[in-house]
Amino acid sequence: MSAEIGHFALIVAAVLALGQSVFPMAGAARRHGALMSLGGTLATGQFVFVSIAFGALTWAFVTSDFSVANVVQNSHSAKPLLYRITGVWGNHEGSMVLWCLILALFGACVAWFGDNVAPGLRARVIAVQGMIGLAFLAFILLTSNPFDRVNPMPADGRGLNPILQDPGLAFHPPLLYLGYVGFSVTFAFAIAALLEGRVDAAWGRWVRPWALAAWSFLTLGIALGSWWAYYELGWGGFWFWDPVENASFMPWLVGTALLHSAIVAEKRDALKSWSILLAILTFSLSLLGTFLVRSGVLTSVHTFATDPERGLFILAILAVTIGGALALYAWRAPALKGGGLFRPISREGALIVNNLLMTVAALTVLFGTLYPLIVDALGLGKISVGPPYFNATFVPLMAPLILAMGIAPFLPWKRADLAGALDRLKLLVAVTVGAAAIVVFLEERHSFAAALGIGLAVWAIGASVLELAGRVRLFRAPFGESLRRAAAMPRSAWGMTLAHAAAGVVVTGITASSVWQTEIVRVMKPGDRAEVAGYTVAFAGVQEVRVGNYLARRGRFTVSESGVALATLSPEKRVYLPQRTPTTEAAIRTTWFSDLYIVLGDPHGEGGHAVRLYHNPLVPWIWIGAVLMFLGGMVSLTDRRHRVGAPRRSVRPVQARPAEA
Amino acid sequence: MPSRRLLYLAPLAVFAVIAAAAAFYLQSGRDPRLLPSALIDKPAPAFSAPGLEYNGKTIRQGVESTSFKGRITILNFFASWCTPCLVEHPQITALSKTPSVALVGINYKDKPADAANWLARHGNPYARIGVDPAGEIAPEFGLYGVPETFLIDRVGRIRLKQVGPITAQVLKEKILPAIEALKK
Repeated sequence: MSAEIGHFALIVAAVLALGQSVFPMAGAARRHGALMSLGGTLATGQFVFVSIAFGALTWAFVTSDFSVANVVQNSHSAKPLLYRITGVWGNHEGSMVLWCLILALFGACVAWFGDNVAPGLRARVIAVQGMIGLAFLAFILLTSNPFDRVNPMPADGRGLNPILQDPGLAFHPPLLYLGYVGFSVTFAFAIAALLEGRVDAAWGRWVRPWALAAWSFLTLGIALGSWWAYYELGWGGFWFWDPVENASFMPWLVGTALLHSAIVAEKRDALKSWSILLAILTFSLSLLGTFLVRSGVLTSVHTFATDPERGLFILAILAVTIGGALALYAWRAPALKGGGLFRPISREGALIVNNLLMTVAALTVLFGTLYPLIVDALGLGKISVGPPYFNATFVPLMAPLILAMGIAPFLPWKRADLAGALDRLKLLVAVTVGAAAIVVFLEERHSFAAALGIGLAVWAIGASVLELAGRVRLFRAPFGESLRRAAAMPRSAWGMTLAHAAAGVVVTGITASSVWQTEIVRVMKPGDRAEVAGYTVAFAGVQEVRVGNYLARRGRFTVSESGVALATLSPEKRVYLPQRTPTTEAAIRTTWFSDLYIVLGDPHGEGGHAVRLYHNPLVPWIWIGAVLMFLGGMVSLTDRRHRVGAPRRSVRPVQARPAEA
Repeated sequence: MPSRRLLYLAPLAVFAVIAAAAAFYLQSGRDPRLLPSALIDKPAPAFSAPGLEYNGKTIRQGVESTSFKGRITILNFFASWCTPCLVEHPQITALSKTPSVALVGINYKDKPADAANWLARHGNPYARIGVDPAGEIAPEFGLYGVPETFLIDRVGRIRLKQVGPITAQVLKEKILPAIEALKK
């Protein structure tokens, strides 16, 4: 019965979404208060009904209701409860329901917490959210119904892809979707503003918290995905420039640009049509990220099952959403009035540098991701451009970005004195150059890359600390006053400092783990020892074990350092039973400063096993840094001005005047 | 103002091109249609690639284009970071066992350590391996990416080009018959 309830709830939600796209839009055009506020009610209703559908699907998974086709294909009664729940979104149909649930949640949030937004704009935003919701609910109902029954009912399910039976991957999609879908709100704000034909400083202020929230979740989602790839794929790396990784990274890059251009729009009433374009592009790339993976266009290690019908439906939605938005932009944006003037050397100028570099970086990633597709589309074959392309194009863009990130907070708005700012940073410049020089001196391999990376990291962290110290007048004023100043500092300033320093932490981790990684591949027999970065790893042997729904060959390695035993590590090769799919479980010993990472390979010769040992210095800092970035976003989100600081819109005659371009 | 208008149209235009390409891609059904390479039946470009060395050891001697004369050669561009290369590795290994065919590899934009570990892990079927760390040889062969494979006849002319992995089917239906034809 629960499947029918779920199906019905989805249909109701689609009908409500239709109303939500029509009534508030008409209300805003006619300045009809009741019609406009109906939008909020409908958005809440859509959220309630999508929740019911999601709950019904979850129930079917939890109770292993094998009369539902989706449960049969993706679940198994022997699966632990946690993975029966996360199995709900471990498949195409269920993940679409989760996507719509989060979309409906954001739409409802605009209705619940958007009190400080002008009613006309809010009504249009809710209507645009309704349209997106309608498109995707229709997609689910017409091509991907998760509630299809199967008759006769099979005795058991086929089991969830074992690679998804992992806590890291279980929570990766929801976080990623919070990010992707969060950018639907900034997109809706952009469309609403274009429809109104008016963008002012208030627009920037309203958009920013939504961009911040979406960006924070996307950061965390990407980090979780990369952490999962690190410990689960067993390749010793954390980022592979895989099309799916790139798909989540592109909206992050453009979203970061949006986050910064929205500040300029808010504070200086400039970069407005650019911010609108970024808001459109960020969500467009989010849609591309979610759906290109499922359309059969992209193929990758973690692609969902594809189906050409769905592919065309998805492409049609993408074409209408993105094409429509960009057409509206081409039509209305030229009429938007530019705001405050500024010199190239100013905080605005530095933020434009950020925007350009982030956007160009996203374009290079887009090109590198699509190029193999273009080659394939021409019938030439499946090729890879791989890390050499991305390292050669992406890294040179990030270096000036981080330099600009360090100095930008020291530049005042409108017009700045670069020499003066550098003068305040002269000590840091010296420390940065010194750190890079030490790296060159100590390390002959990869010395340029290592020096650049470490230099940039020192610069980013140092500049953040100095900026904070300057704000609170540390050591210049009595300590008590510094504390008072720190307490009175706006939360957004704290958030920025934290996030910028976190970028330095991430750069440290990426540089150190890429440049100073040690990898040893060898065949080991029980009793053999290997030396890795000062550790002695002794192989004790392999045993076969059966745990829950998988069989495993479990290796035992004892790790010691100068004769002192430190740990026993047990990497595994698993075979999940229903499908007999093999997976690799690396064993990792972390000190927070470095990881010792062991992968058990296939048997080799008599009693021997291929073993891969890695020492990855500072690799945990990549994820620590990402979590700090997330926290930075969250701290900034709690800034007072997002709650009460609703600025008055620029005064205008209140007569009903259709916005003409 | 018209030029400013055009600027605002640019994002839409770019998107239209991408969307058209994607629609074409889906419609095409991805039949691997063979576009003839400009290099077919031309002499292989002259080059000299140093051998793959790691930890002071020469894993394989390098590759000289002059060595192609007098025997049938399979020239395979590969890299450790390239997933499709792993897909074709069993077929490449099978090719190395084909009598009277020399299998040589060009290790494309790779680090010696990564390449050496990759070969140690998956097996090294190549008789010779030249390294092309900066991608200088690749453009001579009109490389789109890796993997790509060239069949070179006894007088040093390129007779066949395979873009993308040599699957079991490609091996059986395309590569092996072409080798047989050359042997006659």
